[in-house]
Amino acid sequence: MSNVIRLKKGLDIKLEGTAQKQVSPLPRAESYAVKPDDFKGFTPKLLVKQDDAVKAGTPLLFDKYRPEIVVTSPVSGKVAAINRGEKRRILEVVVVPDGETEYESYDMAPLKNLSKNDVTSLMLSSGLWCFLIQRPYGIIADPGQNPKAVFISGFDSAPLAPDMNFVLRNEADNLNAGIEALSKLTTGKVHIGLHADDEAGVTGKVRGAQFHYFKGPHPAGNVGVQIHHVDPIVKGDVVWTMDIQNVAILGRFFRTGKVDMSRTIAVTGSEVIAPRYHSVIGGASIRSIIGGNVRPQMEGYAVRIISGNVLTGTKVEENGYMGFYSNQITVIPEGNKYEFLGWIAPRFSKFSVSRSYFSWLTPNKTYNLDTNMNGSERPFVVTGLYDRYLPMDIYPMYLLKAILAEDLEKMENLGIYEVIEEDLALCEFVDPSKTEMQAIVRRGIDQMLKELN
Amino acid sequence: MKALRNYLDKIKPNFERGGKFEKLHSTFEAFETFLFVPNTVTRQGAHIRDAMDMKRTMSIVVIALLPALLFGMFNVGLQHFRAIGDIAPTTSYDFGLIWHCFWFGFLKVLPIIVVSYVVGLGIEFLFAQLRGHEVNEGFLVTGLLIPLVMPVDIPLWMVAVATAFAVVFGKEVFGGTGMNIFNPALLARAFVFFAYTPYISGEKVWVAGLTKGEGIIDSFSGATPLADAANALANGATTIDWSNSSTPIDWFLGTIPGAIGETSTLAILIGAAILLYTGVASWRIMLSVVIGGLGIGLVYNAIGANVLMTMPAWYHLLVGGFAFGTVYMATDPVTGAQTNTGKCIYGLLIGAMAVTIRVLNPGYPEGMMLAILLMNALAPLIDHYVVEANVRRRNKRLKLTVK
Repeated sequence: MSNVIRLKKGLDIKLEGTAQKQVSPLPRAESYAVKPDDFKGFTPKLLVKQDDAVKAGTPLLFDKYRPEIVVTSPVSGKVAAINRGEKRRILEVVVVPDGETEYESYDMAPLKNLSKNDVTSLMLSSGLWCFLIQRPYGIIADPGQNPKAVFISGFDSAPLAPDMNFVLRNEADNLNAGIEALSKLTTGKVHIGLHADDEAGVTGKVRGAQFHYFKGPHPAGNVGVQIHHVDPIVKGDVVWTMDIQNVAILGRFFRTGKVDMSRTIAVTGSEVIAPRYHSVIGGASIRSIIGGNVRPQMEGYAVRIISGNVLTGTKVEENGYMGFYSNQITVIPEGNKYEFLGWIAPRFSKFSVSRSYFSWLTPNKTYNLDTNMNGSERPFVVTGLYDRYLPMDIYPMYLLKAILAEDLEKMENLGIYEVIEEDLALCEFVDPSKTEMQAIVRRGIDQMLKELN
Repeated sequence: MKALRNYLDKIKPNFERGGKFEKLHSTFEAFETFLFVPNTVTRQGAHIRDAMDMKRTMSIVVIALLPALLFGMFNVGLQHFRAIGDIAPTTSYDFGLIWHCFWFGFLKVLPIIVVSYVVGLGIEFLFAQLRGHEVNEGFLVTGLLIPLVMPVDIPLWMVAVATAFAVVFGKEVFGGTGMNIFNPALLARAFVFFAYTPYISGEKVWVAGLTKGEGIIDSFSGATPLADAANALANGATTIDWSNSSTPIDWFLGTIPGAIGETSTLAILIGAAILLYTGVASWRIMLSVVIGGLGIGLVYNAIGANVLMTMPAWYHLLVGGFAFGTVYMATDPVTGAQTNTGKCIYGLLIGAMAVTIRVLNPGYPEGMMLAILLMNALAPLIDHYVVEANVRRRNKRLKLTVK
């Protein structure tokens, strides 16, 4: 671990409700779902209808424009509902599991005998291809392309994020198999970004990957930040990325021939009674995961359930389902309350990076933050603030303004290829103008995809 | 607070679309969000948000302006009573005397502040309503900056016209707070300077009552130190004759004639400390303005071709609007440079330009205002080159990997 890449820019937001390092058993969920909105660059078309019987690994959806990409069922059972929103947009395909999980079978051979094409077609037919995210743009990878490298972030630095070395402590063989599979997809290397302290953990001992060590506050664990510092993406480059727990699931598939979507997730946040880890099957209903583990609220108060972390996760309802890529569920208080003269009050319980508050005096205090905007949306006024929370050689405000102005050439020059929403999440958090930066970034990416392809 | 909240909730429907007072929607919203931080929650993206917002940012600047404002009120009284001979320069201060001066100044300055806020906020509320926007907090600062850069004897209608000009043509035509090119408060002062020059220059306007000239003792002069220097320059003198025998200590403390809020370097330094501690203003800009002014001043000292060139360079930091401009005007994030490198260049040029105008141009003694306005116009250009350098650096990586 000779050279550690030290990042100074960024911020660790310390919140209440870190998960205890114990995995508690959960009964099987009463239903599971896949949500097309989780898949970026994927236009869903149905392959099943209500009441169809499916196995774990049976395709449920395919992409209209790249029909070889499918999303499969995480469990066996019956398609119970296809929930649609406005304009009949598909929101959820709900599967109610049956007694014993039946798995689709695949024509599997030992990994070392598989070619790039074999690996690709197995990943496509099993639905695990959706784990592969392409940079630029953060969309599901295109099977026809040859990426210059595959990047995996070995740790999650987001607030209350699960400890990946704990999550994967028994998955060493699956991780190695997953990395072996990935290395067949690229002519370049498989890179893994680790926290400098993670050398002793399971992630520090995987085989077949190039190690890079990082030290510093969030977003040091964002794979985009790691790519920027190891081998930055320039125009024309394609890099693929995969979440480290998904690498283990991929490896499990190649070792067992089964689509087994079991994953360990952290249930976190100040409104969780007992924050801890659970082993679940991806797509499980929220109620099956946190039911009975949320603090009762006083009348007029509510909680926000987030699939993912507080910075980048998706808001879900109690009768909803966890996201396809989530390793974490977070429950925090809703902030739909007025506050008298709050903008000038000392507000000792609030967190801010500004010294007009006092939270900088207590760097180790953990906070119970709610979902209040803490102000109203305004045009950009302050400068020099956002740069401190994006550890890349990029001017975030200029990039955002280029996106707002729909200036493709400027977006390209100012770094749209290197960022996705999560990379600007901290800028959005600190912004006193309360701009929705992650939404702006996605709008820019969508426009790039539309105009350039 | 509960009762107030309930009352607001009760009358709120009147101000919504279709309500009785629909046309006052923005005004109601401005007052409501002033009293209560709204109950808006995050919808997408980051679910939690930092506690800092625009209201607090602007309030910090207003708080940072208070030392200069309070001292300015005191000084208005002090200069007035010195002019009529009630207070000799040697009189020692006690609480009664300070209060006496302050109260006089308070009554003189308050109407100017009221006019500035009423006119400016009135226009802001109107534009917000027409555009269907929320009222921006930016004018809370501008509305206080304008009185502080005005001479105390300025007619109130002139303050009103200048404020209206600054808000409409300095800000709203560009799209409101955050979009403007020039600092609105400086624009107000520039407007008065070019439209009504006699009311903001010369030796009479800086002290309350001096324009009328009743009961003024002979030995008192209302000239600012900068005017003294400019006079010496215009007359080709070799030394500067400082009015009322003022010294750098007086300039630092601010017991000299001048615009209401700009005289006391000490009070402005307290404001600077607040702005720098909270991080609301950029230390890069402040520091580089000082370095720019001091640096070019030393260069002129070395040349020594006229009487202002021989004046010690550090005098420039204490006299006129240099300190005020450095701390409150140049640091305006909207009209200043926005990149860190750009801020340093921007600041250096402001300082250098301000001192240069002072030293070379006897016609207009105060260079700070013009220097900042000029650099406001050039700031986007500076940023453009800084950002282009970033683009080039990033594109160079492209060439390296292609090879």
